[in-house]
Formats: sequence, C-alpha cells, structure tokens
Amino acid sequence: MSEILEYFPMILSGMLLTVEVALLSVLISIILGMIGAVAKLSKSKIAAAIAGIYTTIIRGIPDLVLMTIIFFGGQIMVNNIGAKFGWDYIDVNPFVAGVLTIGFIFGAYMTESFRGGILAVSHGEIEAGYAFGMRPTQVFFRITLPAMVRHALPSFGNNWLVLTKTAALVSVIGLQDMVFKAGLAGGATRKPFTFYCFVAFLFLIITGVSDVGFRWMNKKYSVGVRKA
Amino acid sequence: MTTQALSVRNLHKSFGQIEVLKGISFEATEQDVISILGSSGSGKSTLLRCINLLEIPTSGEVYVHGELIKMRDQDSGERVPEDKRQVERIRSKLAMVFQQFNLWAHMTVMQNVIEAPVQVLKIPKSEAKERAEKLLNRVGMYEHRDYYPAHLSGGQMQRAAIARALAMEPDMLLFDEPTSALDPELVGEVLKVMRSLADEGRTMLVVTHEMGFAREVSSRVIFLDAGLVEENGQPDQVFDNPTSERFRQFMAGTLK
Repeated sequence: MSEILEYFPMILSGMLLTVEVALLSVLISIILGMIGAVAKLSKSKIAAAIAGIYTTIIRGIPDLVLMTIIFFGGQIMVNNIGAKFGWDYIDVNPFVAGVLTIGFIFGAYMTESFRGGILAVSHGEIEAGYAFGMRPTQVFFRITLPAMVRHALPSFGNNWLVLTKTAALVSVIGLQDMVFKAGLAGGATRKPFTFYCFVAFLFLIITGVSDVGFRWMNKKYSVGVRKA
Repeated sequence: MTTQALSVRNLHKSFGQIEVLKGISFEATEQDVISILGSSGSGKSTLLRCINLLEIPTSGEVYVHGELIKMRDQDSGERVPEDKRQVERIRSKLAMVFQQFNLWAHMTVMQNVIEAPVQVLKIPKSEAKERAEKLLNRVGMYEHRDYYPAHLSGGQMQRAAIARALAMEPDMLLFDEPTSALDPELVGEVLKVMRSLADEGRTMLVVTHEMGFAREVSSRVIFLDAGLVEENGQPDQVFDNPTSERFRQFMAGTLK
C-alpha cells in the first residue's frame, strides 16, 4: 500500500494528462464530426464523398496503427516538407500529435453519431422552420441541432467512453500519461499488478463520472419527450 | 376595393415522370377564404406547397401581393428561386399550418410561438412574448403555454400551431389539411378557431376534407382533380350546381 501512496502524486499527474488529452481530443472530434455529418448529408457529392472516404478509412484501421502512422510518419513528413523550405528540424510535440490523432480518429465515429442524430430529426419540424422564412443556418442552429442532440447523445456517450480508453494509447508515443507512469512505478517497485490495477480503478472513476454527466445531459435534452 | 393577394398562373409541378399539377391558375383577393378540395393525389397539398416554395414549381408563376416569385433555370435544368432572400421574405408573410402540426418538439408552446417572430422578423423577445400571450389566449392555449408539444393532444397542438402562424402577422394563412390528423372529436375545436379567423377577415387558403367548413365558411371553393382545376366558384354555386361530373362523383363519395 505504501508504494501506491508514494507514487500516488506521480500517477495522479499522469491522470490529469489523460483527462486533458481526452477532453481536447473529444473537442476536436466534435468539430470534425459535425463537419463530417453535414458533409455526408449535403447535396454536394464531392463533400459527401470526402466524408465517406474519411469515415471508411478511419473506422477500418486500428487506433494504435493510426496513431503510430500519424506520429512517426507525421514527424518524417513534416521534416521532409520542412527541408524543402529550408526549415530547421521540427520536433513534433507528442501531446499535440496525440490529441490530434485521437480527435481525428473519433471525428469519424462522431460523424456517424451526428449523422444518425440529424437523420432522426423530424423532417416536418425542419420544413416548418423554412416555411416561416428561416434561413438554412437558422434552421440548423435553432431546430436541427438542438433536436438532434437527444438522438445523438447515447452514441456520443459511447464514443466518449471508448475515447477515454483510447487516450491510454498516447503512452506508446512517449506521453507520460497515467498508464506510462504506472509502468514506471510498476517496474521500479516490481509490483506492476498493483499499479495497473490502480490505473484501471482510475479509469473507472473517469468513466463513472462521465456516466453521471451523461445521465444528466440526457435528462436535460429529453425535456419535451414523453417517456414510453 | 379588393386587392389581389395571390395569383397563381399556369402552375405545373412534376415529380420525376409524374405530373402532379398540370397547369393550375386561380386568384385570391384579400379576405378571401378559399377551400381547396379534392381526393388524395389530386395535387391539392402540392399546390399549397408550391405557393410558399416548399416545392419548386416545374413551371408557371406565383404572384404574392402582385410580386412575382422570381425563378431561374440552373445549368442542370433544375429550376431554383432566383433570390433566396425574396423567398424567405415571402414565406414569412405566408404562414403555414401543417397536417402533422410540425411544432418544434424541443420547445414549449410559448417558445414555438415566439421563435419565428424573434428569429425571422427580429422582433424583441418581450414584445413577441406579449403578442404570443394574446394569441395563445385567443386559441385557448394560454394555460398550456409552458407545455411541450409531446404533452398535448392533437387538437391542442394544432391550435398552438395556428397561434405560431398568427404570430408572424401574416398576409395569408396556408392550411394544409389542418384537421386530417385529428381524432374526430378534436376536429371541432380547430375548426372553431379557423372559423373565427375567417370571420375577422383573414386571407386563408385551406386544403381540407371538411365539407361543412368549405361550404359554410369559405368564400370560394376550388376543386382539383388529377392536377387540374375542375371547379372554382362560390360555395353555393359549386356545391349546388357543379359543372363537372367529377365533382358530383366526389360529393357522392363523401356523403356515402
């Protein structure tokens, strides 16, 4: 027990990093997901095709493979391009790379969640918006968006849980998150089981808190819905 | 002095190969209450939806208060409104009441009524609320102003939807089968509201199956069949001395 107490602050700071990575990447994934969903549903065939390629590729490749491709491959690409412009060697920041990668991956999943949510919004309600002279952006932000949140929330919540767990992958690109630190502590004390269990417990706390949050949000966005 | 509120000239609408409207022309003057009758598939809802451009007519013209809704042909051959702002402006003056109510489910009755006036007409919220309170009172929905649509009966939803339409202070009200989705015993409360609107001189275009309303309330009846106007006249004249055989059959069918 005393080892845990000794390493507690270190692992906790790693947990903070995990949460930061998760929150920042979910933000990116929401933005990408929204753009992707609108593109997939748009009349423009080009936009729909690009979004289709994006989701098909991302969802078909393991997160770990994508992360290593983007981090290590990205490092080389940035410097190859940089060399042409005569820049100095650029070190890709693993935190930024991790956040961007996870955000990019989950943007594809969010695209599908949001697309489903938008499709579930009653066509008549959208049409009513237009019939009263609203502009497309007004219809989207005043009617479609608030109405789709309720439909998209369950699958969004699911994506978020998977995303927090995927955040553990940043340890492979050298970010000192709580998984990375648990490995260090486990190695130093030769008690990996204890420390990985501790990390598992911390993940449960994060996901447990999220669950409470989602229940609250679900309630908030289900006003005006009659319970069956 | 009567002024022209609406003029529809040689309107055609096709969905793919199917021609739903085959050249419709009629006019409405202010304070007209025109009932549009016809069996399912006769094109009456499509006609109404072409007037506020929820459907784009394949050809023909629509004038609202003498103003032509300008259209142009795209390179792809698709017809589109030339000026989206014009369409939005005209729509805001032609308030529509839908068969399925189409209230915004995530908003209360009050929020539904003030939404378009605040967003489209840019009326201050407090003023829109005052106006909404009066209108909700009028349709008997004031007590239910903080309810969400899901907690209302069909008749209540439709009355709220009428208040939402009135809140735009429209030049004309378009009703698309407003009572067709209602339980028989709820039809009366909606018709009562519509009748009072007709009495105060509102210009109304009503697609309906309510023969009583068409006969007693409307100033004119238009009967559509297979995309063409078969009857167009005053209710007494149309109902008592129809000129088309098709309308006789239609009436015989309705009376059973």
